[in-house]
Amino acid sequence: MGKKRPRSILPGFGLSLGFTLAYLGLIVLFPLLLVFVKASGLGWSGLYHAVSTTRVLAACRLTFGLSALACLLNCVFGLLIAWVLVRYRFPGRGFLDASVDLPFAMPTAVAGIALTGIYAPNGWIGSLLAPYGIKVAFAPPGILIALVFIGLPFVVRTLQPVLEDFEIAQEEAAASLGATRWQTFRRVVFPQLAPALVTGTTLAFARAVGEYGSVVFIAGNMPGKTEIVPLLIITKLEQYDYAGATALAALMLLISFALLLLINFLQRKTLVRPTT
Amino acid sequence: MSVQTRSTQDPLWARVLLIGGMLAFLGLFLFVPLASVFVEAFRRGLAVYAAAITEENARSAITLTLTLAAICVPLNAVFGVTAAWAIAKFSFKGKSLLLALIDLPFAVSPVVSGLVYVLLFGANGLFGAWLQAHDIQIIFAVPGMALATIFVTFPFVARELIPLMQAQGNDQEYAALSLGASGWQTFLRVTLPNIKWALFYGIILCNARAMGEFGAVSVVSGHIRGETNTLPLHVEVLYNEYNSAAAFACASILSLLGLLTLALKTFIEWRAGLRHRNP
Repeated sequence: MGKKRPRSILPGFGLSLGFTLAYLGLIVLFPLLLVFVKASGLGWSGLYHAVSTTRVLAACRLTFGLSALACLLNCVFGLLIAWVLVRYRFPGRGFLDASVDLPFAMPTAVAGIALTGIYAPNGWIGSLLAPYGIKVAFAPPGILIALVFIGLPFVVRTLQPVLEDFEIAQEEAAASLGATRWQTFRRVVFPQLAPALVTGTTLAFARAVGEYGSVVFIAGNMPGKTEIVPLLIITKLEQYDYAGATALAALMLLISFALLLLINFLQRKTLVRPTT
Repeated sequence: MSVQTRSTQDPLWARVLLIGGMLAFLGLFLFVPLASVFVEAFRRGLAVYAAAITEENARSAITLTLTLAAICVPLNAVFGVTAAWAIAKFSFKGKSLLLALIDLPFAVSPVVSGLVYVLLFGANGLFGAWLQAHDIQIIFAVPGMALATIFVTFPFVARELIPLMQAQGNDQEYAALSLGASGWQTFLRVTLPNIKWALFYGIILCNARAMGEFGAVSVVSGHIRGETNTLPLHVEVLYNEYNSAAAFACASILSLLGLLTLALKTFIEWRAGLRHRNP
């Protein structure tokens, strides 16, 4: 950008910016602001009481712990998938590339019941695991699977453009200096992918923390055991505990904003802009 | 992609292992679940499937889902074009803040997106008493569901158009204006044709999310059968009633929507030469 554009030549600046700000303000900013206003109305002690119950703390531990685990799994497999899709040529590559977006395109409720059906004790995969006493659906591993499902495209799609723009010459140089393929990957390629990998993983984490639709079916939803924070917010709403729901929502929003800032910072720092 | 020489190619065993790993992962997490939707949907036969998707509550759920998309997608498309015009064509202070704020709804949990409207328009909400006095229902009714859907699909069109229009610059618009076109003519004849594929792309993604949204809509819906259940919510009701065949039958319609979205998206990327890597 930088260079100044004469403002007067193109018409519609006032109208378009005015509409943009009004729509943004009414639909997004004002409602979000209200959450904080209502939450601050509870006072510090009220907020503390609302979020310090054992049930809330257990839900937070479960949500953030499993989200972290899921985004780490996505970090590993996302890197693998991005690498294969960019570097290798084989039949069906285009199809597989397109299918990576499936978790974005599939409604979360569909993913939820499909995963539950498969991993339930009588499901395709669940029935294979049940004899060994492994419970996936209605237990934390089931939640983990749902979170991996919805987070995968973030890592792959953030890495792909960086890998595509990567200069092969650097790898050739490393190889000609006697580096093995693995050394080249570890010392030359990976350090340059790392920022995008961190960005993608953070995006996946941010999504996992707030995810609801694909998780509620497979989770089992036992308070204190398999209850995630978004579900707890809904439960509190249904019990007319507006104060509790608002306090939790404010907490979730603060965490989302912090993650958003972190992602923006990472993207600016590394000049990775997955928006183009 | 430049041609890889021997020295920059992974050994055969590594390639086989990595491709195998990818196929196993995608199979387990994407293809098996997708296949299971259709297998479960047709498990009890075609007649049960047809009955499940033509039954009265299912029909009203489909109608409501289409209605919500018909309200939300045009509004967010107009917003997207307007915001992109303001942001890409003019320079002003606070632009990067505005960009970040437009993306905000993507960072918010769907459940919180629904909750904010309950705090506004619910019985105990900010405008609750006023709405009740005037007998206007927003929460547990279509207006609330539309608002929640607009919220969660808010950035889709804008974030496709803004980077494209920024990259295209203003030269063509300046040329049109200097040749005597009006502002409106310039927009319709010059800008719109330049952004049509990106606009279509954003609309498709917006539509898929609008029709498939679950969490946000669930909070404000009230789950009144035949009235405020969208198709995803109808799937949940059926599933929780152990009516698995009907639940998966309705889910299969949503899956087809998802597959159609993917196909169109891939087609546009190919047709418009867009290299889209857009989480």
